[in-house]
Amino acid sequence: MMDTTPATIAAAPSRWAPVRREQTWIGWLLDCKPFLIVMCLLPAVGLLGVFLTYPLGLGIWLAFTDATIGRRGIWVGLENFEYLFGDPIFWNAVFFSVFYTGIATIGKFALGLWLALLLNNHMPFKSFIRAIILVPWIVPTVLSAIAFWWIYDPQFSIISYVFVDVLGWRTTNIDFIATAWPARWSLIAANIWRGIPFVAISLLAGLQTIPPSLYEAAMLDGATAWQRFRYITVPMIMPILAIVMTFSIIFTFTDFQLVYAITRGGPVNSTHLLATLAFQRGIPGGQLGEGATIAVSMIPFLVFATLFSSFALARRKWQQGESND
Amino acid sequence: MTQVLTRRGTLAMAGATLAAGPAVAQAPASAPAPAPAAGAAPAAAPAAAPSVSPIAVAPAARPAWPIEQGASLRMLRPVRFVQPDEEVWRSNCAKFTQQTGVPVRVDFVGWEDITQQTAVTANTGAGPDIIVGFDGAPHLFADKIHDLSDIANYLGAKYGGWRPLAGAYGMRQGRFVGLPMGASGGPCVWRTSALREAGFESPPDDHAGFLRLCQELRRINKPAGFALGNAVGDGNAFANWLIWSHGGALVDEQGVVSINSPETINALNYLRELYPTFIPGTLAWTDISNNRAYTAQELWLTQNGVSLYFSLKNDPATAAIAEDTQMTPMPKGLADSPPNAGLTLNAMIFRHSRFPNAARALLAFLMEAEQYDPWLQANIGYWSQPLNAYAESAVWQSDPKITIFRDTMNSTFWNGYRGPITEGSVAATADYVMVQMCAAVASGQATPQAAAREAERRAQRFFRAR
Repeated sequence: MMDTTPATIAAAPSRWAPVRREQTWIGWLLDCKPFLIVMCLLPAVGLLGVFLTYPLGLGIWLAFTDATIGRRGIWVGLENFEYLFGDPIFWNAVFFSVFYTGIATIGKFALGLWLALLLNNHMPFKSFIRAIILVPWIVPTVLSAIAFWWIYDPQFSIISYVFVDVLGWRTTNIDFIATAWPARWSLIAANIWRGIPFVAISLLAGLQTIPPSLYEAAMLDGATAWQRFRYITVPMIMPILAIVMTFSIIFTFTDFQLVYAITRGGPVNSTHLLATLAFQRGIPGGQLGEGATIAVSMIPFLVFATLFSSFALARRKWQQGESND
Repeated sequence: MTQVLTRRGTLAMAGATLAAGPAVAQAPASAPAPAPAAGAAPAAAPAAAPSVSPIAVAPAARPAWPIEQGASLRMLRPVRFVQPDEEVWRSNCAKFTQQTGVPVRVDFVGWEDITQQTAVTANTGAGPDIIVGFDGAPHLFADKIHDLSDIANYLGAKYGGWRPLAGAYGMRQGRFVGLPMGASGGPCVWRTSALREAGFESPPDDHAGFLRLCQELRRINKPAGFALGNAVGDGNAFANWLIWSHGGALVDEQGVVSINSPETINALNYLRELYPTFIPGTLAWTDISNNRAYTAQELWLTQNGVSLYFSLKNDPATAAIAEDTQMTPMPKGLADSPPNAGLTLNAMIFRHSRFPNAARALLAFLMEAEQYDPWLQANIGYWSQPLNAYAESAVWQSDPKITIFRDTMNSTFWNGYRGPITEGSVAATADYVMVQMCAAVASGQATPQAAAREAERRAQRFFRAR
């Protein structure tokens, strides 16, 4: 039986109640939402500021000075831009950068998509083959560039050797990099070779997310292989295609190592990309300001390429076969 | 005049006495560090057998450089050509430490980086006390480095005076801003057998004869070839030779751009005739290309430093090519002397150094016969002396074929010739202004007139007043 006399109730311990302590300033601070937001963002903003904004800002600042290596420049306004505007070597680099990016991107995506479609089929040693095709992309660029440098060498090219000494189809070595247009095409070929795996593997990932039921339904409806590709595969991989293409365009447009290792922008500046020209003028040539100007002049092209990829390729119409709204 | 027998030479004599044999000095066990290095040198290059150098020395008072308390030095220089270069350099510095108690740290950096590192050091006022840079580097940073006239005057008086190229690169407005330590030349390298077959004993010294030689070589399918690609060393050397030997120059004595001249047009017209005789592909050549083609016996006459000869000679598979190889100056053409500006080591002491006296003492020490001659010998001809007395160094007797490099620094041509050395002349060389002018004409992309105008436009940008 329970004892409920008033005496026992009074003797029972009173209910526990937390002691409300006076809030310290640090507690108040940690409760303050704006402060927490600032504190949490600070590391990220700091890193971005130090490693991204500052170099970019410095690069843009240098573009408006006549700095050389070893000498602080003075503000010259648009003088560097004016000079480059009348510099045929600069315009040649603009032309070749756009041409190189355009042709190499088309090549990489055509061949990369084809490869991805092939790899998407069931075949023996599938994983092994998928791993192998990544090799051109994994190899450090400068190594593959040196390999191509040998392949394209005017005297010691393996291809020339096969055609001249082994097959006897030619009497002279093939001119890969000693005149302007062959050199341009040779570099594009090297870039495509290097870029295919990235595109293929990325698109393969996209292809594998497409539900097989879509294809089954299409086949029941009597769709041809082309129709299945056009109305199922393409719209379904379009989002990933847009992203991959954006990256690919940026990487190709800002390419440096292949061109610098194989031709150094030659013969007679015909294969300079904006990146190699910026380096040539800025570092070996010592004209930091002018080099920075060339680098800065790449920004509009890159912004345009990014916007094009995001807006033009990622339209819903493409993905869903409907209007844009 | 007295004669100094260098220590390495003395060792050689001792070795010769002991072994009653020639060549390699077997250093006694008690010998300090450099001796094994000297002994090791011939393994890499048999030509480096040390022997006695009768270096003539005139009496000269060495200025007193009281070494600062607690001094220590850092030095930066380009990487070696050959292993013994670095070994002897380091052991010379170690000897300095031994004698003075001043620790010396030497860092070797890649050739393509030394100019940038010099610029950054000068700009930031921090870094090595001494940089041994290339060519005209001290001229660019004259306000950041110490005047070295005291060392230069002392050494010049003692060792028979400075050679012209040393003056061109070392002196600015009558004062020494840099201390030239050696230069590497680029003569004409050719195959005796090929020239004989073409009906020549050696390359003619005039343009017409040289063209005829190249045409004959082409006819017998043993072509000549010179780099016309973006090759910093070989490309500039050939383009400079072409223009200078026709009396042209990038700038005049006042530093005003003068490349668009009748002399240049003549030179480029000459190139239009010369280029078809070249082996195909020279427009894409980098510095290494002619070495490879020559070694593969696809190229029979070119312009290169001594490295080509030694790489052939030291490989048993190609020793026969070395045997058949000769080196002579590039044709003079209309010039008074062979137009070739040797790549020059040029030392400077920065004002930010806390121990300028110790640095001075070190540089002077390295240039003294006891240290310099062993180093010169270790380099088997890759570097040639800036001081006249060292022309008697035994290195120049070690192999008759390299004797031509003895006079590399007697050249009256420098990069940026005829003008003062400025940022502009250095940048114009680095940006291949002359090379690309020549390449544009050779490839048929531009007429000589258009190419000269384009070179003028580019050069004017580099030489603009700032």
